[in-house]
Amino acid sequence: MIGIIDYGAGNLSSVQKAFSQIGAQTLVLESLSGLERCRCLVLPGVGAFGPAMRGLMDMEFVWPLKEWIASGKPFLGICLGMQVLFSGSEESQGTAGLGLFSGTCRKFTAGKVPQIGWNRVSAGEGSGLLKGMNREYFYFLHSYFVDCCEDSVSVGTAEYGLTYTCAVERGSVAAVQFHPEKSGEAGLRLLKNWVELGI
Amino acid sequence: MDNEFKSPLAVRIIPCLDVDAGRVVKGVKFKGLKDAGDPAELARVYYMQGADELTFLDIGASHENRTTMVETVELVSREVFIPLTVGGGVRTVDDIRVLLNAGADKVAVCTAALKTPALISMGAEQFGSQCIVLSIDAKRCGSSWHAFTEGGRNDTGRDVLEWAEEAVRLGAGEILLNSIDKDGTGHGYDLELTKKVSESVGVPVIASGGAGSLEQIYEAVSLGRAEAVLLASLLHLKELSIIEIKEYLSARGVNVR
Repeated sequence: MIGIIDYGAGNLSSVQKAFSQIGAQTLVLESLSGLERCRCLVLPGVGAFGPAMRGLMDMEFVWPLKEWIASGKPFLGICLGMQVLFSGSEESQGTAGLGLFSGTCRKFTAGKVPQIGWNRVSAGEGSGLLKGMNREYFYFLHSYFVDCCEDSVSVGTAEYGLTYTCAVERGSVAAVQFHPEKSGEAGLRLLKNWVELGI
Repeated sequence: MDNEFKSPLAVRIIPCLDVDAGRVVKGVKFKGLKDAGDPAELARVYYMQGADELTFLDIGASHENRTTMVETVELVSREVFIPLTVGGGVRTVDDIRVLLNAGADKVAVCTAALKTPALISMGAEQFGSQCIVLSIDAKRCGSSWHAFTEGGRNDTGRDVLEWAEEAVRLGAGEILLNSIDKDGTGHGYDLELTKKVSESVGVPVIASGGAGSLEQIYEAVSLGRAEAVLLASLLHLKELSIIEIKEYLSARGVNVR
């Protein structure tokens, strides 16, 4: 069972529908109850950094999430769910992120913001998520990007006025800035890759 | 906007499905509607052809129509994994919520936003700017363009450029720009209008109304500076396929997916 954390950061139904399409069962977690039934966790999210962190704190998910990740269980962050893994964001100064990866989120300074549309992702060697998908188009929708300070975890980059990290992997933790659930067949393939990695 | 910036994004090809009483319809200059098929079936076909996004507009916007549209969105979002925009008769924040919950990624507002601009700011605050698309039905009036409401029947007298800028300030994340003069004619997009709006706002502009040839689609992007193009008749009547359009644009040096 894949647990999808509902912390008030946007509509989760499209993530659920995409997993259902690839034959994976999901459970929406509005609280900690049900977590014990899950083998993998997804942290989706659209919206702002500060309210998202507050949402996680309000449902007392911060520590369980850190423990989950520390114990090496499969985890996938999507969009804002990737950003909160880092230490903070220009969007909500004074709000600390989960700090699992080193780096902060900064606002794009060139082009139309938010970036809305299909952009190419350059896959790093050995990426499990992006296996077989170098330079593939994925759907992006964001104003802030992760300024990742750990080269070793960056497995995918995109260009938007600058080159930035849009996919990270470290052990069983993975996260992407784009929306695989809205990225057509390539997105479904990425979700499938992730599900298979967790087995 | 930074003039040095060259967008790496693929130009989005967006089929538009005008829906009335559960069927896709298409007219000319917003009139003389003809049946063009089943919405869910067309959505699947366009997804398989490589559509980058889909737009559904409820053009009847009656109570029954709204229920049918919600069901269509629920069905389509289970099978089609690209962004879905839904609009037509959206009046309240609750209307927006219902459509987002049904599976829409973005909701387009038009008439109600002109009457109550706060609908944009309230929608953006609750669901994020990325969800709120401002749809403008524009018609040339002398040397400028006016925003029309009620499916193109009512001239609000509002200058389109001013309205677009205000809507973006209020939180609209995208502009869907429909030319009433060009709608369904196949005479090409209103390039001057598209370029003016695209250069005056910092959010993406979707050109709509008038596409009749590959060259005109290319022009909407190159001369009109649109980030995306909306297509209806041309696709519904099978005059062109999405694949052909993308091949053509790619050969002309435009990024496509």
